[in-house]
Amino acid sequence: MSKDDQQLRRTREGAAVGAGVKEAHPMKYMLLMNHAPGGPSAGEWTPEDRKASGAHMMAIHEELSASGELVGAEGLTGPEAAKIVAHDGVGAPVVTDGPFPEAKEFLAGYWLVDVESEERAIEIAARTSAAPGPGGKPGAREIQVRPVMTRDAPDLEP
Amino acid sequence: VTSTSRVEDLLRDLGPQVLGAVARRYGDLADAEDSVQEALVAAATQWPAEGVPDDPRAWLTTVAARRMTDRLRREGARRRREVAVAVREPVDPPSAPDRDDSLTLLFLCCHPALTPASAIPLTLRAVGGLTTAEIARAFLVPEATMAQRISRAKQRIKASGASFAMPTGSELRDRLRSVLHVLYLLFNEGYAASSGAQVARSELSAEAIRLTRMVHSSLPDDPEVAALLALMLLNEARRPARTGPGGELVPLAEQDRSRWDRALIEEGVALVTAALPTGAVGEYQLQAAIAALHDEAESAEATDWPQILALYGLLERMTGNPMVTLNRAVAAAMVDGPGAGLALLDGLDDRLAGHHRLDAVHAHLLEMSGDGEAAIAHYQTAAARTTSIAERDYLLMRAAGLTARNG
Repeated sequence: MSKDDQQLRRTREGAAVGAGVKEAHPMKYMLLMNHAPGGPSAGEWTPEDRKASGAHMMAIHEELSASGELVGAEGLTGPEAAKIVAHDGVGAPVVTDGPFPEAKEFLAGYWLVDVESEERAIEIAARTSAAPGPGGKPGAREIQVRPVMTRDAPDLEP
Repeated sequence: VTSTSRVEDLLRDLGPQVLGAVARRYGDLADAEDSVQEALVAAATQWPAEGVPDDPRAWLTTVAARRMTDRLRREGARRRREVAVAVREPVDPPSAPDRDDSLTLLFLCCHPALTPASAIPLTLRAVGGLTTAEIARAFLVPEATMAQRISRAKQRIKASGASFAMPTGSELRDRLRSVLHVLYLLFNEGYAASSGAQVARSELSAEAIRLTRMVHSSLPDDPEVAALLALMLLNEARRPARTGPGGELVPLAEQDRSRWDRALIEEGVALVTAALPTGAVGEYQLQAAIAALHDEAESAEATDWPQILALYGLLERMTGNPMVTLNRAVAAAMVDGPGAGLALLDGLDDRLAGHHRLDAVHAHLLEMSGDGEAAIAHYQTAAARTTSIAERDYLLMRAAGLTARNG
């Protein structure tokens, strides 16, 4: 596959008029990070390690703000402070307190970015993933990169 | 005392004109834009209370020029800049025709040093006179995010060393191509807006048409400019029929053609008819010609598909774009049957692998050929891959319709 074709694949299709010629197009991606297995206290963090990790994340945040790519970002508490609610519409809602030993993955936070290509979203995710962990080593935590769906009404045909 | 909304309308009209004048005089878009914004803010606070001055444009230009001078002084490049200004001033008074300034401004905002994604908001702000908040709303991002994007775009133009002057000769041709491309994308941004829910966004199409009209009136003999305007009008004409009351997509074949805008179609057809024989055939002329054939057809069945197929053939040769091939496959199916269309898709597996539109067209052609089961599978794959909620719903609905018929 040629480079152009790859580029084509990764850019969102606008509702290109007429011939439906596809164009590069800013698109929103949600970058999702889960809590580290075993919780935030896992591993041997020194104060310096924590500082380095925070500085790494802050630098990314500032860069994305300055470039006009950051739409929003939030961090979430761990499962200890979470509740899961389910309601069958009839009885009382069932509220379960965390932590949830069954849940392998638990969302820790997200970045919502509006970028010109999937490559750029992946680049941001990779830098986030490489935030230093215990001992200053890159953490290599998994970041999910998810295209955000739009309310757009693209043309269906030529 | 003047009503606030009247002042706002006036300022929106005058903003780009004043910016054009100040940018030309000082040769710096980024600083001129900031100075004009300050002048507009001053007017927006003073005029509703104190009344609009006799010559509002001159008032704004004077205030903006004063701010500009302050700015240059502050920046500490005083001597160098003032020499530059002194050289420019006598030959280039700020009272030159508005349209030339607006056109020059448009060419600067669509400078090839910028990606279209940066050029579009800058154009809307500087030439369209939209506020950053309005642009942010149209693109569904926070205002601060859009402000940064516009500011970066201005800095990039500054860094590229581009000057406030209309390009000439072969440079004009290249730069015009960038301008048309940006306007085309701007139109598409607005055209993709689903009706009702995204009013701010759909106004982008109106702005694209307004700016393309401006380019067309300055360069009336350029067939690609005329064709791009025609293409926009011919598509805009179908807007009322292309989505249903709930925002659901209505395919061309099922659209209520009585809801198409006849006046826009007439104007678009006249433009493309006049443009086609004038010179080298370009992409926009071919696209507009195809759109005109659709718009002129009384029904989907009465469409001149052989002609559309031929035009897609030309467009494919010109662009080499696999998306064009996809559209040619649909036209081929309409002319020679679904088998002909499916045969054209064979070559696309590699070039559009994983793209939802390939699956969507594949599904459509399989449905035409009577292979419901395979069509359902491709509709579902396409639905899982599209990023448009409306398109996903449409594709799943097609699949459900086939399931109901098969079962």
